[in-house]
Amino acid sequence: MTAAPTARRPAVSLPMWQGGGTRMGFFTDSSICIGCKACEVACKEWNGVPDIDTGFTGNSYDNTSSVGANSWRHVAFVERQRPDTGDGVQWLMNSDVCKHCTRAACLDVCPTGAIFRSEFGTVVVQDDICNGCGYCVVACPFGVLERREAPDGRAFKCTLCYDRLQVGDEPACAKACPTQSIQFGPLEELRERAEKRLEEVKQEPRYAGARLYGDSKDDGVGGFGAFFLLLDDPEVYGLPPKPVYRRTDLALLWGAASVAASVLTLGVLGSLSWRRR
Amino acid sequence: MKAERPSGGERQMVPSGKPRSYYGLPIVKRPAWTWEVPWYLFTGGTAGGLAAVSILARWTGEAKLGRRARRLALAGAVISPVLLISDLGRPERFLNMLRVFRPTSPMSLGSWTLAGFGSSLGAAEMADIVGLPNVVVGTLEGTAGILGPILANYTAVLLGDTANPIWRGGRTILPFVFSGSSMAAAGASLCVAGPTDEGVAARRMVVLGTIIEQASFLLMEQRLGPLAEPYHDGAAGRLVKLHRASSLAGATLISTLGGRSRKAAILGGALTLAGSAALRQCVYRAGFQSAADPRYLVDSQRGAATDPGDGNGSVT
Repeated sequence: MTAAPTARRPAVSLPMWQGGGTRMGFFTDSSICIGCKACEVACKEWNGVPDIDTGFTGNSYDNTSSVGANSWRHVAFVERQRPDTGDGVQWLMNSDVCKHCTRAACLDVCPTGAIFRSEFGTVVVQDDICNGCGYCVVACPFGVLERREAPDGRAFKCTLCYDRLQVGDEPACAKACPTQSIQFGPLEELRERAEKRLEEVKQEPRYAGARLYGDSKDDGVGGFGAFFLLLDDPEVYGLPPKPVYRRTDLALLWGAASVAASVLTLGVLGSLSWRRR
Repeated sequence: MKAERPSGGERQMVPSGKPRSYYGLPIVKRPAWTWEVPWYLFTGGTAGGLAAVSILARWTGEAKLGRRARRLALAGAVISPVLLISDLGRPERFLNMLRVFRPTSPMSLGSWTLAGFGSSLGAAEMADIVGLPNVVVGTLEGTAGILGPILANYTAVLLGDTANPIWRGGRTILPFVFSGSSMAAAGASLCVAGPTDEGVAARRMVVLGTIIEQASFLLMEQRLGPLAEPYHDGAAGRLVKLHRASSLAGATLISTLGGRSRKAAILGGALTLAGSAALRQCVYRAGFQSAADPRYLVDSQRGAATDPGDGNGSVT
């Protein structure tokens, strides 16, 4: 329990986690990210994520482009004029990752039960059950899930290093991060730490736009298990501004479908029986 | 690796002002499905409508029409799972679909619906062939007749329960589009398969189904507002035009000459079926275009009022 000394502390009681364990997560503080991509590399190494030829994108130092089946961490590079003074360059860097949502769309829509909620509150795909149906790919509000085309099109994503967590270690990306931009720990503790950090960052006038992203239980997905401190709007980093997934929406959808199914049946019945008269 | 900018790309890659996207790259992933899926939407939908015809025709005393509908539905019920299994990354694991019953997953409910639909239709056919009592055949047909309209509709729920802006935005109306289209296609296949003098009900289904399909599609486009753009642009836009032209021509032909000329009934039926297939193709394609441009997602989320959430933080 090196970097997660508080893993045993009942920091948050979430009775729905089987076993009542502490929910673990990431706090990614983009204000101290230096864009070294050690997280991307460490993740690939530990998890055996395949190499992909990304080519040269010309998008600043970013040739990874997005989180996907073959890149479970992705460092975004925004290179632009300083918005406050209008001259000089501003760099925004942020290491994106699966959000391990409180209300996880991928988990809910998975028809095989391959995606499950671990005892750490994380969301994990079991690759021996996934049959590559591709539903989680379109369901994820963040575009995290993706089919790995070779060899067989099953879906892969960040497991929050489930294997490392099970032996009390921290995820590979957090361990490799040289600036502690990626912090791992009990989620509730990370949230408190992030609040304090946000206050500090906002002292700097040019970072007045800093905000936490995904730290609130009241957002569209019930809060992220892996949340962020961003220095600008989420869409600037390629993140959705207001991601939403609600299971309750299904009632509305099935309601509409039931009415539509009745329309179909009544239309057929009407077409048939009208003739009888 | 620059993202495609279907809307023209007049915005700079990294503007000095407030960029609204990350190099124009997509935020949500485009669908990972392959060509089989839109065809399944068509075969499953048509078979679902036909199964409803099958049992209802039995009730209204048109045994011949009912039997023909059932056999056509069975053909759809045989093709559909083949298409779906072929789309899987690991087709040999298709039975994993029936490993769990998962009410939160429209695909899980759909898989169970399709499995029940196909088995009851197949069993009804066999019971009929071996000459089991009518009550047995009717019960099996009735099961398929109840599951059929669900089969024709659940796919709209499946598409609506995603993060794709154009599918999500039209999600309460899409079931009606699919229902109308399934009704029209069911009627059209009966027009093609059966003699003209038996086809009054089938022709009515084509006309009524086409009206429902066209009207709800227009309503869906209007509700979507700027998000509907993919329905006017690119491949999806062309498919929408094809769908409209084909469906409207088919319904017109069927309603005017379909009762007198066998040739007109066949041609009209074929046009209607093509229109119904094109509808599924355009809805499917539009999902790719909607995911490709992050503007749709960002605008739909920024334009909406502050999301209240449900505030209870309950976990799934």
